Formats: sequence, structure tokens, C-alpha cells
Amino acid sequence: MCAAAVAALTSMVFAAGASAGTYDLTIGEKTINVTGKDRTAMAINGTVPGPVLRFKEGEELVINVSNRLDVDTSIHWHGLILPFQQDGVPGISFDGIKPGTTHTYRFPAQQSGTYWYHSHSGLQEQAGVYGSIVIEPKAPEPFRYDREYVVVLSDWQDTRPEQVLANLKKMPDYYNYSQRTVADFFSDIKKMGIGAALEDRRMWGEMRMTPTDIADVSGYTFLVNGKNADQNWTGLFKAGERIRLRFVNAAAMTFFDVRIPGLKMTVVQADGNNVQPVSVDEFRIAVAETYDVIVRPTLDRAYTLFAESMGRTGYARGTLAPREGMTAAVPEPRKRPLLSMSDMGMAHEGMDHGSMAGMDHSTMPGMDHSKMGGAKADPFYAPGSGLMPKAANGGRFLSYADLKAQKPLYPLRAPTREITLRLTGNMERYFWSINDRKYSEAAPIRLKYGERVRFKFINETMMTHPMHLHGMWTILDNGSKKWNPIKHVVNIAPGTTVYTETEVDAPGKWAFHCHLIYHMATGMFREVIVEGGPEEKQSSNQVKVGG
Amino acid sequence: MKVLVKSVSLVPLAAALIAAGNPASAEKMDDQLFTLVKIDQLEHRWQDGNDLVVWEGQGRIGNDTHKFSLRTEGEYERTADRFENAEVQLRYQRMISDFFDAHVGVRQDIKPDPSRSFAVVGINGLAPQWFETDASFFVSHKGDTSLRLEAEYDILFTQRLILEPSAEIDIAFSEDRPTGVGKGLSKVELGVRLRYEIAREFAPYIGINWERKIGTTSDLAREEGEDDNVFSVVAGIRAFF
Repeated sequence: MCAAAVAALTSMVFAAGASAGTYDLTIGEKTINVTGKDRTAMAINGTVPGPVLRFKEGEELVINVSNRLDVDTSIHWHGLILPFQQDGVPGISFDGIKPGTTHTYRFPAQQSGTYWYHSHSGLQEQAGVYGSIVIEPKAPEPFRYDREYVVVLSDWQDTRPEQVLANLKKMPDYYNYSQRTVADFFSDIKKMGIGAALEDRRMWGEMRMTPTDIADVSGYTFLVNGKNADQNWTGLFKAGERIRLRFVNAAAMTFFDVRIPGLKMTVVQADGNNVQPVSVDEFRIAVAETYDVIVRPTLDRAYTLFAESMGRTGYARGTLAPREGMTAAVPEPRKRPLLSMSDMGMAHEGMDHGSMAGMDHSTMPGMDHSKMGGAKADPFYAPGSGLMPKAANGGRFLSYADLKAQKPLYPLRAPTREITLRLTGNMERYFWSINDRKYSEAAPIRLKYGERVRFKFINETMMTHPMHLHGMWTILDNGSKKWNPIKHVVNIAPGTTVYTETEVDAPGKWAFHCHLIYHMATGMFREVIVEGGPEEKQSSNQVKVGG
Repeated sequence: MKVLVKSVSLVPLAAALIAAGNPASAEKMDDQLFTLVKIDQLEHRWQDGNDLVVWEGQGRIGNDTHKFSLRTEGEYERTADRFENAEVQLRYQRMISDFFDAHVGVRQDIKPDPSRSFAVVGINGLAPQWFETDASFFVSHKGDTSLRLEAEYDILFTQRLILEPSAEIDIAFSEDRPTGVGKGLSKVELGVRLRYEIAREFAPYIGINWERKIGTTSDLAREEGEDDNVFSVVAGIRAFF
């Protein structure tokens, strides 16, 4: 206790001049009604999502989290750089928050941008324990806006998440109500001939997989800031204003394709870090990612904010309008995609982004992404992938290849070593793994403080995995070298290999996992142990406030 | 086929059984125990002479690698008011590949008389091209050996209207005359059931079933005054929870 007090005191002295902010969060049960039926959710301060936490860069944060549930809970500060004991992962960073107790998190806000927070206990995030974080920067941002809204996208199921998981274990295609039927077979015969149709069925049958398996779970209602499509979350504006929209994908399982028909969106930030502005018509936001975009509606009319699920099973909808009550047309949902053999890794040989000669983005003719039209294939999807993003209006769809850091956080240097992570799993038994090992069967990944590790992700499954490393930044190798974007979640599409690099600058124990909640819960998870590092960095309250 | 199993003893399963509760930390989550209770068939069979009520189902508990299952199947003769067959199997099954489990266990045939106890060993799982299969080898306490092969397949007319052809073949490697089993191919059973999944968990069905006893088994059945070639129209429910 005494040591902690001294440490706290030192930290206060150390951070002299920084403001201090105390925040109180209470997690408890709450009856909500999303679909017309009352259901018990887990809410933060009585709302789903929880409150927007607005911090200031450099602020010493004191966050009291009280647990009014009858089970343990936790809050993880997603994307925040902090001492590992404050990271909020039970079993790794701390013991969790027991029922009826209050846990105090203390750490400095050492960064700025849009982030979020959520429970890291069990499946509580899916039950409603999530909210957004906005950290106001010390220095002026390299873009202007007149007003801003946080747009938290999420998915809600009336079925309890524990039951959803149990259903998946009983019957892995429990939620797939778009499986191929006899009629589909005959229509395929008509389209491709009986030989090809039979061959197609034979190949999928051989693998015992189905091309309609885009998302493991269906039956979701999609929400914008907790509101369903009919409740229509509305953000007001005056014509001509620049509006900053801070998109957070707090869904447990859903990727969204986001567009605002009639408006171009200028992406200025990804995962809290500024990127060189890129103007797009549509973007895909993976689970747990954030994107900040600026739109400038010049007309005195309403615009629909339309976030369609990647599997086209539904959409979240909101409105930007000059006045309350105004609405704009809601687009028709697009056709459901089918996975292709490319998504099954059939094109794997050619998909190695790092070593493939043609993938040097900086020198390859025709790969100038800044001028790239929407029609070009996204290099972060397998060629011919059924999930290949396409803008609804035929315009430009944001690709990872478009993201360039505004200001690199780290100098470019050669990685000290490469770690291969094959993303694996078993659809039929419904469990997920890394290098064929579930978390419970695997040893931690050990990193050394000060090294720069290159991760090679090979997605051997047919699902898309948004991989999230806690505590340290993930530099996505999209060929931009020094300008490679800095993220906390990197989405790995089926049948692709993606490289990321991490400067190992945070000692301690960290979580590393797929952010799809049922993938995480069934084994696609690792503990990362960072060994070594300066003494003062290893204690919980003395962290350098860096820039 | 990739073998994912690492050599694990039953200790983790036992530990999981003890720790079964509400895991709050991620580390415990991927090794949880899950249960399944499934009624594959609970049906009325209309046939010449003696209508039957037939059941086939299982209860299962385990983690991804290790499972215990209790299976039962049997036939009850309505008019005669007696059980024609009734068997119970207790199996331990273990993942041996992505899609297959190996199983070992015991089987008790309560009916017909005289009752028999068996040891069972086999594999079950999802074969390529979506065939749900089970192959089991039995040794009775009298020393008789036999093999039972089962396969099922789903044909989707719609997402809820599903036609399920199924087949079962029994082969005996020795004769067990008191229970009416002759050596060689002893029985073939083919069925087609059309179910409507009101929910995933609950589906009524109608169908047809044909059961043919073969060779010596057929002779033994006829000696007993039983039909060795039974065609029936069936209606029943399939359910799980």
C-alpha cells in the first residue's frame, strides 16, 4: 500500500501541470428493448452504449469502475497505450472486478483520437458493456471541422450471448439461414452448366464448408449509438459545415460497409491515429476499428448514414439532417455475397503481400492508390474474393492500401525477427485457434523489450479476423514504408497473408486476439509477454508521457 | 487430414468438469463444457400388422476434444405393447481430426431377450460431401462381433424444409441365434424423412422407412414369425436442446 502511495505521489509530481480527471462508471443490469421485446442487457451507467468518455491528452486519468453485476467484470481501454496492469484483461492484466466492488484505474492519457472501451470478461461486451472514448489532442489537428459526432456501430441479439455460443457448439450452422438449396443448384446448372455446378458442389463438399458462411451469427439488430434503424439516430448540421464523424465499430461480430449517399467522406484518422486524408465513397470498418471521417453537406437536406453488414443480413442506419425529424431515402440492401474458392485459400500461393514481387506498392505501376478508382481490386482481399469491397455508387472504396500515416510514430527500421501466426479454426466444432492451438493449449508469445517484431498473419480459415494486439501499436505493412499506418486492429481477410510490425515498447503481459467475440472466446487468443524493459516502465504509475 | 489433437489426458476434462461455472476470464473460456441433448427420431411407424414407436437420441457433455455421450435407440410395438429392441450406449469420444471423433464405450441391449452387453469402438463425424457418419464395431459378452455403419445426408429444399435420406447397414461376423442375428450382412435400413425446422431446435417430419433383414438373419426372423422386409410410413419429431 505504502509503495503504491509513493508511486502515485511520484507520478503526480512527474506529471505536474497535467490536468487530472476522475470518472465514474457503474456496470449493472438494465432492461432494454431493441427488437420489441424486453431483454436484460449489461449497461454502463445505465445506457447501451455507455457514456462517451472525453479525455484530454496528458490528463492523469482516475476511473472508478463499480460492479453491480453478480459476476466479475472488467473494462479494457481499447487502443490506449498504458501500463499493462491498467489494461483491464482478467487473467492477464489483473484479477477482474468482483461483484459489489469498485476498481480504480489510473493512467495518463498519452495519446489523442477516437477509441473505445469494453468489458473483457466473458461475453459481456456483446451484452452491452461498451462505450466510446474521445481524447482531445494537445496540438492542433491537421484538419478542420465545425462539429463532431461519435457514431458507435454495434450489433444486438435478443438471445443471451452464452446461449448463442452454446447454439454454435451444438450446431455450427445454427445461424446460417442462407445455405444453398436444391433451387440454387438448378440455377447454378443453368448459369454454369451441370459439370461446373457439380464440380463447385464437390469442392465445397470436400471441404465441408459453405460459401454463404460470411458471419457465424445472424439474427442481429444493428445499432447506431444504441438506436435501431427505425429509431434513427440523427446528427444535426447547418449546410456548409464540416462534420467530423468518429466511427467506432463496437459490434461483437459484425463488419460494416459504411456510406452516406450524396456525400464524399474524407478519412482523416484510423484507429485513433491521423492518416493522410483520403476521400472515399464507402469504407469497411472491421470489428473494433475506428475511423474518423469528415463530411461536408452543402445542401439543406437530410442524408442517410447507412452501415450495411458485410454479410448483407441487415444494416444500421442514422441520419444527418439540418433539422430534427428530417429523413432521407434508405438504400436497398445489396445482394448477399458468396465466398469463392479464393477465400478458401486456393489462391494462397500468390497472396504473400510481403514477398510477392508484384506487391511492392511503392514501385508498382498502376498501384498508385491515391489515384486508384473504386473499380480496382483491393490487395487486402484474395483476388476474386467474394468479400471484395465495392462501393455502392461505383466510386471509391477505402482500402488498407490507401492508409498512410500522417506522422509516423516510429522511425522505419528493419524488424529484428518475424513471427508467423496462422489463423486457424474448426468450423464444424466451432472453435478458433492460432497455429492450430487454442489459447488454453498454447504457450504465451514472448517478446523482448526494444525489439521490432514482424508478424506474418496467414488466414487459413474462410472467416475474416480482426486481430488486436493490446498495449502496443500495430504498424500495418501496406507498402507505404515509413508512412505505413499505425493501428490497433488489423483485419485479415480469408485466403490472405498480411504483415504487421510492432515496436515492442511496453513491458508486461498483454492480450492478443481476434476481436470477433465468439472467436476470441473459443480460442483465437494469445497472451503476449514482453520481457525486459526499463524498471520504471514496469511499475503501474510511472509511465513516460510520450508523444 | 490435419490432426489437431495434442496428447492430452482426461485431466483437463476433469478439471473443466470441476471448474464448470461462469468463466469470467478469457483464459478459461475456450475449454468450457457444453451439452447437447438430441432426439434424432421420435416417430410413429405405420406398417403391416404391428405399428411401432421408434426412438433414437443422445445426450452429450464435453469440451471440444473430449466428450461423453449417452445414446439410446429402440422400437416399441404398439399392438403387442412390448419393446422389440431397446439399447443404450455410453461412449467416451475424442477428437481425432477436424471432422471426426473416435469413440469407445459400452452398449447394453435390454431387448430383445436374452439381453446382451457389448464393448463398442468406432469413429463418427462429418465425411466429405456432408455425410454424417458413424461406424461402430461391437463385441458382445458372448464373444460375437458385429459392425454397424450409419450415414445421413441433408438436402435443402428451403432453409427450413429439409429432406434427409439415411442408411444403416449391420454386418455380423458370427451368429448369435438367441437374439436372431445371423452371420454376414444382417440388416439394411433405408429411410427418407422430410422435416420442417420450425426452429433449429424443433422439426416435425414425415417420411418412409424400409427395413430388410438379410441372409440367415432373415431366415431367423421368419422362423420367429416376424416380417423380414418391413416398409413403413413414418411421422415424428426431431429436436435438440
